[in-house]
Amino acid sequence: MVDAVHVALAGNPNAGKTTLFNYLTGARQHVGNYPGVTVEKKEGGYLYEGQKIRIVDLPGTYSLTAYSVEELVARDYLVNEQPDVVVNIVDASNLERNLYLSCQFLELGVPLVIALNMIDVAEKRGIRIDTEKLSLLTGVPVVPIIARTGKGVEKLLETVQAVSRADARPQTLIRYGVDIDEALRELVPVIEKHELLIETYPASWTALKILENDEQVVAKIMLKNMDIGQRLIDRSEVLARHLQDTLEAYPETVIADHRYGFVRSILRQGEVTRVTEQDRLYASEQIDKVVTNRVVGPLLMAAVLLGLYSFTFSWSGFLVDWLGMFFDLLGGLTETILPDGPVKSMIVSGVIDGVGGVLGFVPIIMFMFFGIAVLEDSGYLARVAFMMDKIFHFFGLHGSSVMPFIISGGIAGGCAVPGVLAARTLRSPKERMATLLTVPFMNCGAKLPVLTLIIAAFFPNHQARYMFLATLIAWLVALMAAKFLRMTLLRGESTPFVMELPPYRVPTGKGLLIHTWERTWQYVKKAGTVILGISILLWAMMTYPGLPSEKVAEFEAMRQQVAASGSTDGTTALLRIDQLEAGVGLRHSIAGRMGMALEPISRFAGFDWRTNIALVGGFAAKEVIVSTLGTAYSLGAVDSENTTSLKDRLAGDRHWNPIAALAFLAFIMFYSPCFVTVVAIAKEAGSWKWAFFSMGFNTIFAFGMAVGIFQLGTLLGLG
Amino acid sequence: MNLRKMQTGQSGIIASVKIGGSLGLRMREMGLVPGTEITVTGRAPLYDPVKLRIHGQTLTLRNSEADYIEVDIKVETDSVEGKD
Repeated sequence: MVDAVHVALAGNPNAGKTTLFNYLTGARQHVGNYPGVTVEKKEGGYLYEGQKIRIVDLPGTYSLTAYSVEELVARDYLVNEQPDVVVNIVDASNLERNLYLSCQFLELGVPLVIALNMIDVAEKRGIRIDTEKLSLLTGVPVVPIIARTGKGVEKLLETVQAVSRADARPQTLIRYGVDIDEALRELVPVIEKHELLIETYPASWTALKILENDEQVVAKIMLKNMDIGQRLIDRSEVLARHLQDTLEAYPETVIADHRYGFVRSILRQGEVTRVTEQDRLYASEQIDKVVTNRVVGPLLMAAVLLGLYSFTFSWSGFLVDWLGMFFDLLGGLTETILPDGPVKSMIVSGVIDGVGGVLGFVPIIMFMFFGIAVLEDSGYLARVAFMMDKIFHFFGLHGSSVMPFIISGGIAGGCAVPGVLAARTLRSPKERMATLLTVPFMNCGAKLPVLTLIIAAFFPNHQARYMFLATLIAWLVALMAAKFLRMTLLRGESTPFVMELPPYRVPTGKGLLIHTWERTWQYVKKAGTVILGISILLWAMMTYPGLPSEKVAEFEAMRQQVAASGSTDGTTALLRIDQLEAGVGLRHSIAGRMGMALEPISRFAGFDWRTNIALVGGFAAKEVIVSTLGTAYSLGAVDSENTTSLKDRLAGDRHWNPIAALAFLAFIMFYSPCFVTVVAIAKEAGSWKWAFFSMGFNTIFAFGMAVGIFQLGTLLGLG
Repeated sequence: MNLRKMQTGQSGIIASVKIGGSLGLRMREMGLVPGTEITVTGRAPLYDPVKLRIHGQTLTLRNSEADYIEVDIKVETDSVEGKD
């Protein structure tokens, strides 16, 4: 058998790339990253007439410039990996813009097949396309398909197979006007003569990129041959000056305009009819008239976000209760089965309490992700970006920052890790950085259990209101911080808001379930692996070193005394002794010593040493705060009589009051991101400097806030 | 007429896009090129960004970006606005 044929899928976002990819590969997919960058790389395979086909889904792009990571990744992949066939998915109902990208594949000279997708939608809109003519004019095979239903895919595979065997590279037929064509004619022989980059790029492409002043290509040339490189650049500058004088235009825009000219000439000849071009009001525009209306739009948006809240918190309630009961049961069972000792203590206090505390909130997160998936898949989230851009732009961000913010917990319950990753779509490094650094302020799903616990314990009558308030404050703080960063460390120009609003779609059940499942699973995986390890580590830190033997003997003597006295409430007395011993034990442990050492400082914010232990643990992952508090308060107190939940324990504890609780809430919301997020920031920002900055900056800021709340509240006697 | 000044519902043909660099290229790759027909279909609640119909799809851009785009307004037969 021959080696697998290597196929790359490329095209505009929303052109149906992923649909076709899923159709072809089914479950045989592998998701990873492109080396060095964090753009998702999807790979899969299928068999066609016994031939193995390896297929790679390239990131969706509108162009192949050097301006965004996705575009660089896509074009680097095409030149470095040299796929046998590139399948260019083209949205048939929007040929003009889609073929603009096809032009650039032609320029690059890759073996191309154009898959004309959504031919049915185009026909419904009155666009009829002569595919044979289109194929003739572009010089590459064109196959009409409907990726959703799989219609035409068989023919596409056949064509791909044929092209992979033919090994023919298309010639570009595009002309760029007299001036540029002339410059190209001069540059190409120089590039060929000095063999500049010819092993990877066609000389004509390199010449074109020099004229476009493409940073990456120019840098590569200069690295290869400084003198010749300078000569090429000089020639390019002559052209630029000439175009500026005659046309008042830049070379790159003249080139772009000529690509469009080429596309239009093709369309004039290949596209037969376009019936209802005028007044073609799609359902989307009608919906938009209401949804983005000046008055109704914002109200609707607020209603939708609030609706998502109720949906997440009320509807998931029964599942949360079930899980809680399950873990109680599991804890009780383990309690009776295992003999007393360190193993039992570890399993009950470290494993079951820790993981149970996290998994107990899975239903909330699942419902939340489902809600977000509905908004995302229906196209509404893009409208939120559209409506919010004015505000975000004011704070030095971009309407597209809404996505990372919402995913991170803008609607409480996301996660900063995917949120940080979602910031990739931002083009300007500065807005991206500002977004990266401020999204951890949002109330992620891991903070939710902590916030919920504290709010339920101290403000039981206003739970929904406090949760909503917490979200608003998170937004406000994050935006102010972004503005601050964009005015100081990250000063610079803003990124364009030239983007596409996808048409409204009814989300498919399958798509929603996949989205919900993927994100929830990500959370569970984190809970199951990192959290379990941390939970056990913390248990160990809170257990060891154990009390010295004379102390243990002291407590034992006290127990003997109670037993000897034979009093009626002996059980209660024994329990008291157990709790006392546990308390002393915890204080004696590593964690206790750390918490105590920090207490003189944390005292200003109203945090005692137990809280400190939990907060230190929270750096590992915010949900650990709950399990650590749980462990800190339940260690030793493992009596079947004692079923009071952590919430009631806190509410009844003398170290806690509403003011201390508020200070605690503020600190949790804004202090250092968990280490997983910190790692993500380091990777996305490309340096650890920013990751450490976010740890330090956030912690200092949060502490200041907590101290302020606690001191002011205490002064006013609100505690 | 400048794109910023266009009213919702107004249509026209792009006359020029006077900007280069990454913004100019971004506009072009999204289809904002001279000779293309556009219709303003709405604005965000805070009047910025603006929403356009172009090539049968919806595109958004900020007012500050719209400033670079000049449009030849299609004269409506029943319109009496002869200004600009």
